[in-house]
Amino acid sequence: MSKIIAPTIPQEKEYNILNLGPTHPATHGIFQNVLKMDGEVIIEATPTVGYIHRAFEKLAEHRPYNQITPITDRLNYCSSPINNIGWHLTVEKLIGCQVPKRVDYMRVIIMELARISDHLICNSVLGVDTGALTGFTYVFQLRERIYDIYEEVCGARLTTNIGRIGGFERDFSQKFWEKLEDFLIEFDQVFAEFDALLSRNRIFMDRTIGVGPISALDALGYGFTGPNLRATGVDYDVRVNEPYCSYQEFDFIIPIGKDGDTYDRYCVRQEELRQSISIIKQAITNFPSGDYKADVPEFYLPPKEEVYNKMEALIWHFKIVMGETDIPQGEVYHAVEGGNGELGYYLISDGGRCPSRLHFRRPCFIYYQAYPEMIKGQMLSDAIITMSSLNVIAGELDA
Amino acid sequence: MTNLEIYNVLQKQFGNAIHSMDEPHKLLTIVVSAGAIIPILKYLKEDPLMNYLFLTDLCGVHQPNIVGEELGIIYHLHNLQANRRLRIKTYVSAKSPKIDTVITIWKAANWMERETFDFYGIQFIGHPNLTRILNIEDMNYHPMLKHYPLEDGTRTDKADSYFGR
Repeated sequence: MSKIIAPTIPQEKEYNILNLGPTHPATHGIFQNVLKMDGEVIIEATPTVGYIHRAFEKLAEHRPYNQITPITDRLNYCSSPINNIGWHLTVEKLIGCQVPKRVDYMRVIIMELARISDHLICNSVLGVDTGALTGFTYVFQLRERIYDIYEEVCGARLTTNIGRIGGFERDFSQKFWEKLEDFLIEFDQVFAEFDALLSRNRIFMDRTIGVGPISALDALGYGFTGPNLRATGVDYDVRVNEPYCSYQEFDFIIPIGKDGDTYDRYCVRQEELRQSISIIKQAITNFPSGDYKADVPEFYLPPKEEVYNKMEALIWHFKIVMGETDIPQGEVYHAVEGGNGELGYYLISDGGRCPSRLHFRRPCFIYYQAYPEMIKGQMLSDAIITMSSLNVIAGELDA
Repeated sequence: MTNLEIYNVLQKQFGNAIHSMDEPHKLLTIVVSAGAIIPILKYLKEDPLMNYLFLTDLCGVHQPNIVGEELGIIYHLHNLQANRRLRIKTYVSAKSPKIDTVITIWKAANWMERETFDFYGIQFIGHPNLTRILNIEDMNYHPMLKHYPLEDGTRTDKADSYFGR
C-alpha cells in the first residue's frame, strides 16, 4: 500500500498574474495592465503605455505651424476639434492675432459639440461595460449626427483638421444650421431616454457607486483635471478659470461630484452634456455677425480667385503652402478644456519655420498613472469600469 | 500678489538660486538653479502665500547651442485658488544631466519624469522606476535630442533641399 502524500502548502501566498490587454475587448483601446490577483481581487497593477506612440512632439519640430493641426487630431480622437482649435488658439496667442467675435462663437459651438460626442461615448460605453447595451445603441446615433455636422463644416468626420489659424476655412452653411437644429431636437429626446435608462437605475448604481474612488487631495496630487477632478469635488474648469473664445459671455455651471467614484464621474459628465447643449443654444441665440476669419494674411490662405489674380495673394499663398512665414520668437502655454481635462500646448518658437519645441500636456497621460492605486483591492470587473469612466483615450495617452 | 512680488519673495528666500525672471505672454517664468529645485518647489507648494498646489506640466527641452545648459526641465505650476500660473525653468549640462525627482512633492511627476527621461535622457535622482515609458526599452538613444534626425538618414528618395529644409 502506497503512502499517502500530504499536499505541500506553500509558505507564502501564491498570486495569479493576469495580463489584461494590450488588445482586450473590454479596454477600448490598446492598454496593457499586468494584474497581480488574489482570486478576483486585484493586489497590484502595472500599466504599460506607449503601444501607439507616434512621436508627435518630434514630428512637430519638423513641420510648419499649419501642418501641425492634423497631428493634434490624433491625440484625443473622440473630440478632435477641441485639439485643433486649442492648437490654433496657441498659435494665435503667439502671433498676437485678434479673431472676430463670430469666430469665437463658431469655435464654441464646434468645441461643445465635440465635448458632447466625447462625453456621450464615455458614458454610454460605461453602460456597456456594466452590461447595459441599450443606452449605447441609442446615443451612438447622436455621435453620428455630430460627425455629420463636422462634415458640413470641414468635410471630415473623425480626424477633422477643422478650422485654420485665424478662424475657419468657410462660413457655416445653411445646411450646417439645419443639421444643428435637427441635432438639438433629437438630442433632447434621445438623451432623456438614455438618462432614464441608466442614471437612477438601481443595478447601474449598485455597480458603480464606490467603485474606483479617489479623494480630492489625491486627485490634485496626481494631476487630475476635467470631469475626473470635478467628480472629486474640485470646481476647476479651464473655461471658467481662464476663459478663451469668449466663454466668459456664456452662462453655465460647473457640475461637481463628492466621492470621486465611477458614479460621480458618470453624473458629472451627464450634467456637462446638458450644460454643453445650453451653451450651444446660447451661442445660436447671440450669434454675432461679422467675418469668419481674422485678418492675418501671413497665416490664412487667401481665396483662390485672388491667388490667380493678385500678386500679393499669390505670394502669401506660396509662403503659407511652403511654410515660409515668419513667426515671432516666444514661449506660450495655452490650455483649453478638452474632453477629459486640461489640454495644454507648451510652445517654444525660435523664429524658425517649425516650433523649436512643442509639448502637449495630455490630460489622460497624467491622470492614468493613478489607475493602479484606484483599482487596488477592487474586483477585476471594477477595474474595467473604472478605466472606462476615467475616459482614457489611447491616442492621447501615447501621443 | 503681482508677478514682481512673487519674484522678490523667492529672491529673498533663496538668494542666488533664483537667476532671472521673465513674463512671456503674462506667464511668470523664473529660472532657478537645478541644485535648489526641491526646496524651491516645496516652498512654492507649501507656503500659504504661494499655494502652488498643482503641477500642471513637466517637460524637457534641448537647446544644443547653449553650452553648459543644453538641457532644460520646465515645470508649470498652478495656484488653483488664486488662479495663478507659474513656470519654473532649470538647466543642466548635457555632460551630467542630473536633477532631483519631484515625486515626493507631486505624485503626478512620476510618468512625466519618465517621459522626460525617455525623450531627453535626463536622470531624475531618486525616481523609483526611471525607465522608458513611451519608447521601446532597448532603444539606445533619446529621440527628442536635436541631433537625432526625424527620419532614417540613409533614405535618398526624399530631397529636403527642395523644400528649404
